[in-house]
Amino acid sequence: MGIEIVGVNKSFGDFVALSDIDLSIPSGGLTALLGPSGGGKSTLLRIIAGLETADSGTIEIEGQDTTNVPAQRRNVGFVFQHYAAFKHMSVAKNVAFGLEIRKRPKAEIARRVEELLELVHLEQFAHRLPAQLSGGQRQRMALARALAIEPSVLLLDEPFGALDAKVRKELRDWLRRLHDEVHVTTVFVTHDQEEALEVADTIVVINDGRIEQVGTPDDLYDKPASDFVLSFLGPVTTLGDRLIRPHDIEISRVEQAAVVDGPITRWTRVGFEIRLEVTPTDARYAPVQVSVTRTEAHALGLHPGDHVWLRPAVGAQSVVSA
Amino acid sequence: MASHATGRGPRRTAATYVRRGLVLVYLFFLVAWPVSLVVTRTFGDGNHLASTLQDPAVVFALQMTVVVAFWAVVINTVFGVGMSLLIVRYDFAGKGLLNTLLDLPLSVSPVVIGLALLLAYGPRDGYFAPVLDAINLQVVFSVPGIIMATAFVSLPLVIREVVPVLQEIGTEQEQAARSLGAGGWQTFRRITLPSIRWALVYGVVLSLARSLGEFGAVKIVSGNISQQTQTATLLVEEKYLEFERGAAYATSFLLTLIAVAALVVVTVLRPKEEKA
Amino acid sequence: MTDLLTSPSGTTRRRRPRRSASTLTRPAAIGLGVGVTWFSILVLIPLALISFQAAGGGWGVFVETLGNPQTASAIGLTVRQALLVTLVNVVMGTLIAWVLVRDQFWGKRALETIIDIPFALPTIVAGLVLLSLYGPESPLGVDVSNTSHSVFLALLFVTLPFVVRAVQPVLMELEPEVEEAAASLGASTFTTWRRIILPSLAPSIASGATLSFARGISEYGSLVLLSGNLPFESEVASVRIFTYVENDNPAAASAVAVILLAVALAAIVTLNLISRRVARHG
Repeated sequence: MGIEIVGVNKSFGDFVALSDIDLSIPSGGLTALLGPSGGGKSTLLRIIAGLETADSGTIEIEGQDTTNVPAQRRNVGFVFQHYAAFKHMSVAKNVAFGLEIRKRPKAEIARRVEELLELVHLEQFAHRLPAQLSGGQRQRMALARALAIEPSVLLLDEPFGALDAKVRKELRDWLRRLHDEVHVTTVFVTHDQEEALEVADTIVVINDGRIEQVGTPDDLYDKPASDFVLSFLGPVTTLGDRLIRPHDIEISRVEQAAVVDGPITRWTRVGFEIRLEVTPTDARYAPVQVSVTRTEAHALGLHPGDHVWLRPAVGAQSVVSA
Repeated sequence: MASHATGRGPRRTAATYVRRGLVLVYLFFLVAWPVSLVVTRTFGDGNHLASTLQDPAVVFALQMTVVVAFWAVVINTVFGVGMSLLIVRYDFAGKGLLNTLLDLPLSVSPVVIGLALLLAYGPRDGYFAPVLDAINLQVVFSVPGIIMATAFVSLPLVIREVVPVLQEIGTEQEQAARSLGAGGWQTFRRITLPSIRWALVYGVVLSLARSLGEFGAVKIVSGNISQQTQTATLLVEEKYLEFERGAAYATSFLLTLIAVAALVVVTVLRPKEEKA
Repeated sequence: MTDLLTSPSGTTRRRRPRRSASTLTRPAAIGLGVGVTWFSILVLIPLALISFQAAGGGWGVFVETLGNPQTASAIGLTVRQALLVTLVNVVMGTLIAWVLVRDQFWGKRALETIIDIPFALPTIVAGLVLLSLYGPESPLGVDVSNTSHSVFLALLFVTLPFVVRAVQPVLMELEPEVEEAAASLGASTFTTWRRIILPSLAPSIASGATLSFARGISEYGSLVLLSGNLPFESEVASVRIFTYVENDNPAAASAVAVILLAVALAAIVTLNLISRRVARHG
């Protein structure tokens, strides 16, 4: 159940947006499609919604083959990055739109709109026009509008992409809580790994029109299937011939068994964190970024210019660099 | 726009007043004074308006103008909205060319437009005369020809207003409506049309003003027969040349009134459109 | 291609199929068919017939038509006056736009309406209106009717809005900060104007001038009453076309029409080139 995607391909001219995508999205979960811009994740979402048609392959939503069903009959809630607010309608009218199209009785529509506006905390803005709302409020209105039709799945295309950092963070927490209340199968597209790691139950990493890895946030972070996933989900550096996270490197001022050694050539302090660059004496290796906390640096007695020995920390994840 | 209104006031120097004075004088002598004279000439020596409106030829011509303008505007509105949607929302071969050609009527002389229609649909030598004869339809020297000429000259006006607004609003609202279950017609009526309505009204008003005032093209294709194919503008010329100046000025006054009313409507509409 | 897709906001929304690919749905294709058919019946076929008519007679018709001194004089007058009027419009239109955008005074809104009156006023009424102030019964004692000046006056009236309306929106978009930056770098008012403002306005001035010239050479309605249509004095090309039509000489009428069209095209190309030069060499 949920959403079953089988063998989906899509090209625009000679640009391949999606190639042979097989994916099964569990019912009731909160799934993130994560990847860089232009990697195909938005196209996949739009194909699920019926706003774009796949060149080949099938889409099943809750056990129903919807491959050839037009968007207006898929009963899919879609939230756009730029809200797509109906500018000439009040907030309440926006939310009521899908129900009016479905010719529900007036009283039912009014009741439902009230409920939804309460859910998204916009009760007192019911009669405002979208232009009179802030970006975050507009996006909550768009969400209420999509939820009004009781969609079998809720799809969000970079829902917080156009908002500033603080509102983005608030809405992210709020979406998580909302999902815990409503429990509708939800898929959202994002290029922000932090957003995906924080909100989603399942993350699908998509790059260059292909699925790189599917898993829980922990799976992806701890057991990356490729150097792409490793590097996309957080900072990485090259230690010898392996990719590793900068905070997973053990650093020592005393000579010990090490992958590389060399002087600390750059020293940048960002809040509690200190970012070091070590240039290996062995010229075959690229400079290594190491991140340590201020306390660690103090305890080890590190100073710019010190000669240090580097090796992976115990239990660190690394992959062979491509 | 808002920043201009709320920003600090303009710095005024002597040059500001020179420029302002120059513009005011220029516009006063070129437009304001001459136009106001039509009003004084109409009401100056005796009320020409009342007596003119008794003249059956005048009444007929005015009715003719209204009917012709109505149909031309209806045709251009339907055509214009449809074409605008096709140009903005779809890709097809030859779109650029079509887009350019649609502006053509604005840069062709009305007389040439009349000539073109005459060459195509003239009763004797027209290219399509045999076809029109066969279905027994007279175009030139009759009402359909006048409507065609009028529709021709005002053809691009609706499109020019609607296209930029359609481009501006994008397709997301329409896609959202579709994902919420609205069909093609519902999406157009409830989402697209309300979004373009001011631009559309603006385009319609411009078309109407242009249609009411068309002269050169209509003069050629109508045959200019009093009380049969004579429109108001043709009547003004005839009355003036027949030294019925009072009637000419009175009819002109009516046409001016409509033109200025249309302009006022447009000016009132424009700021609203910007705020939206 | 990937550059195009990597927009700063991280959206792939604007991804579009290749130009040549048609995205027409069935109903849209039918609509396009109906629309283009109507457009062809109304505009394209009739206009094409003018070229056929003129070309049908070969070069002979053009030579003969231009050889007619009355016609040649009418075309000459039309082009001369249209050029002159366009020149005045470039200066006055830009000035008017400047005042409308940068100046604040009581009654400015009324001025906006006055600018548009020549658009909305029927051309025959425009002629009559000018006749009332600059005709035989002029309260100013200025009578230009039946002279070549009347052509200049009528064209000036009907083309008034073109440059103003083209320049105005561009001037509104122009950020005062840019001028302030120029001033802070030591540019005088005049230098700022010539190096900063004029180049940004040039394309819109040129497009307004093009429209104004095209309208000027094709004007008919406002001239019939005002100019008297005196051969070799105040008769313009459109009137010649009309006379040829009335005399049942569509070939000659078409020839003049094609010549006018060629002049208009030449003007469009020239003005386009000039505006590009000005815009580049600010």
